[in-house]
Amino acid sequence: MSIWVGKDTRLLVQGLTGREGTFHALACREYGTQVVSGVTPGKGGTVHEGIPVFDTVADAVRETGANASMIFVPPPFAADAIVEAADAGVGLIACITEGIPVNDMLRARAFLDRRAAAGKAVRLIGPNCPGIITPGECKIGIMPGRIHRPGGVGVISRSGTLTYEAVDQLTRLGLGQSTVIGIGGDPINGTNFIDCLAAFRDDTATEAVVLIGEIGGMAEEEAACWVAGHFRKPVVSFIAGQTAPPGRRMGHAGAIIAGGQGTAGEKMKALEAAGIAVVKSPADIGTRVKEALGR
Amino acid sequence: MKVHEYQAKSILAHFGVAIPRGEVTDSPAEAREIARRLGGRAVVKAQIHAGGRGKGGGVKLAKDPQEAHDLAKRILGMTLVTPQTGPAGRVVRKVLIEEALDIDRELYVSVTLDRSRGVPVVMASKAGGMDIEEVAAKDPKAIVREGVDATFGMYPFQARKVAFALGLSGDPFKAGVALLQSLFRAYVETDASLAEVNPLLVTKQGGVLALDAKMNFDDNALFRHPDIKEMRDLHEEDPLEVEASRYGLNYIKLDGNVGCMVNGAGLAMATMDLVKLAGGEPANFLDVGGGANEEQVKNAFRIILSDKNVRAVLINIFGGIMRCDVIAKGVVAAVREMGLSIPVVVRLEGTNVDQGKAILRESGLKITPADGLADAARKVVGAAKAAATGSAAGPGWEI
Repeated sequence: MSIWVGKDTRLLVQGLTGREGTFHALACREYGTQVVSGVTPGKGGTVHEGIPVFDTVADAVRETGANASMIFVPPPFAADAIVEAADAGVGLIACITEGIPVNDMLRARAFLDRRAAAGKAVRLIGPNCPGIITPGECKIGIMPGRIHRPGGVGVISRSGTLTYEAVDQLTRLGLGQSTVIGIGGDPINGTNFIDCLAAFRDDTATEAVVLIGEIGGMAEEEAACWVAGHFRKPVVSFIAGQTAPPGRRMGHAGAIIAGGQGTAGEKMKALEAAGIAVVKSPADIGTRVKEALGR
Repeated sequence: MKVHEYQAKSILAHFGVAIPRGEVTDSPAEAREIARRLGGRAVVKAQIHAGGRGKGGGVKLAKDPQEAHDLAKRILGMTLVTPQTGPAGRVVRKVLIEEALDIDRELYVSVTLDRSRGVPVVMASKAGGMDIEEVAAKDPKAIVREGVDATFGMYPFQARKVAFALGLSGDPFKAGVALLQSLFRAYVETDASLAEVNPLLVTKQGGVLALDAKMNFDDNALFRHPDIKEMRDLHEEDPLEVEASRYGLNYIKLDGNVGCMVNGAGLAMATMDLVKLAGGEPANFLDVGGGANEEQVKNAFRIILSDKNVRAVLINIFGGIMRCDVIAKGVVAAVREMGLSIPVVVRLEGTNVDQGKAILRESGLKITPADGLADAARKVVGAAKAAATGSAAGPGWEI
């Protein structure tokens, strides 16, 4: 078992014919993901690397039965790509693109929220994220597939390479992963920590969860609050940016301590208060999970 | 991106926010002329990208044009130290000369992003002139927060609600409602991340004006605002950070002596944390990005070494998309070109790791390999400490 993506996922790629889109679509297919179609406006009717290309997401969904989308569209057009996928009824959208304007994302999210209110919920992962992977079944995104192993640890993270680091530690210790989700480093995103935790709670294969946060915003504090009331499986957490100066954006658009809010210290305190095992060093994530599982 | 007060005010004025009459200059003689045009009495305000300018002596009242000249002469070129500049301060290159107004009340309004709710939020308080963080800490209830629909914009009733909460009535109420709507439009239409008016001034004559203004902009949206992008003042930024941005590198200078080169923002922050945990101090944040080429790696390495405080460098790469052999080639090229007089510890993991390690080994350069995060941090901090105290940093660091 796993959450949200697996063997039945049929993936379309928005921005398939671009350099990045092509490279990663092929890596996903090689991993075993069913990559069924691509969308590039103006290139409909062509075939790219054996993958049929359509002008619109609606066409791609109708013709190929795609139920998930991976977005590699450049930042000025990426929010529109998210809305197009949602409008076409795609159930899960992983937006890899980094650098989408905040206002564009606010409008895209308002669109998704209105659809959800009408009973047509869409799951958006990201943007500015590595994607989502269920090891051995389905990889949607830019993460290196080979470091993952199927297993019982769920991983949720705002970062990319730091997630690979954590996964690598787990795999080396013989701890596989149920599903690994990068929720992205932007201030406005789709799926949040709590959405993932709720799904991992209900997933029988997930025995423990790694939650990797970073400075900026209140998402970790909100997750801590939710865990205290709703989550019984062991959670191990690391917060990046313990040494980050306030007022500076640390690479990710969302990683900024602003107005005294969003410090690593506050987040670690909130997580600990919720009974979560917080490691100070990112080198200790794997071993701490092993301990928590009593292995 | 940040802009100066005078630039923020010109943007706000364009959207209909009332501002005091005034002009910006870099010359004391011109300051005198501006003050004369304003009627004699004028305020001279230093223009730097930091708050607390009044506390640092950067805002002065001139009673006549000659005094405006004298004050401008004193302030221009001074290194202004405020609670927000840090001890090094900032050199003042421009002053804003503004009309002096009769203050009745000073209020606070701003628009920023509420990340938790995913909407822009208008914040207001009667305590103008104070930092909103201070107000929030002392009396959170004194702050009014009004979330605004991202697609529709600010409804008139919301502007009225905020104006009532600020205790406005009569003409100032009407002016305040109009100002709030203009402020919000300016925030949305310029893709600002902050539009702050502090203080918002109510004059004895019943006018409502932005006495001070601050705007920050969403870097990701600057592509559609070339006019705002032009306002960037490179003097206000660290020269190394400016240079790094030219190569598409994300670099932030810090105070320590362990230089860090990492791929990915999260791992870069985590690497700084590791250095600190091992007893060292990071000299910088540097994310070379997911798809850096050899040239970018070379430049990244050069920029790290341009920081004279750096005593040792840690290269920490977890190659997902990034290939370890590319990193290794870039490092070797940089060292060949620049020479190397300080220890470098390299931790490589991921795609093409064996090729990367082989390139470093066969280069003949004295580069210390590390296994895993903890080992890397321990080695680099040890090397930095040894180098800083002048003791031998191990066998043959020089090449």
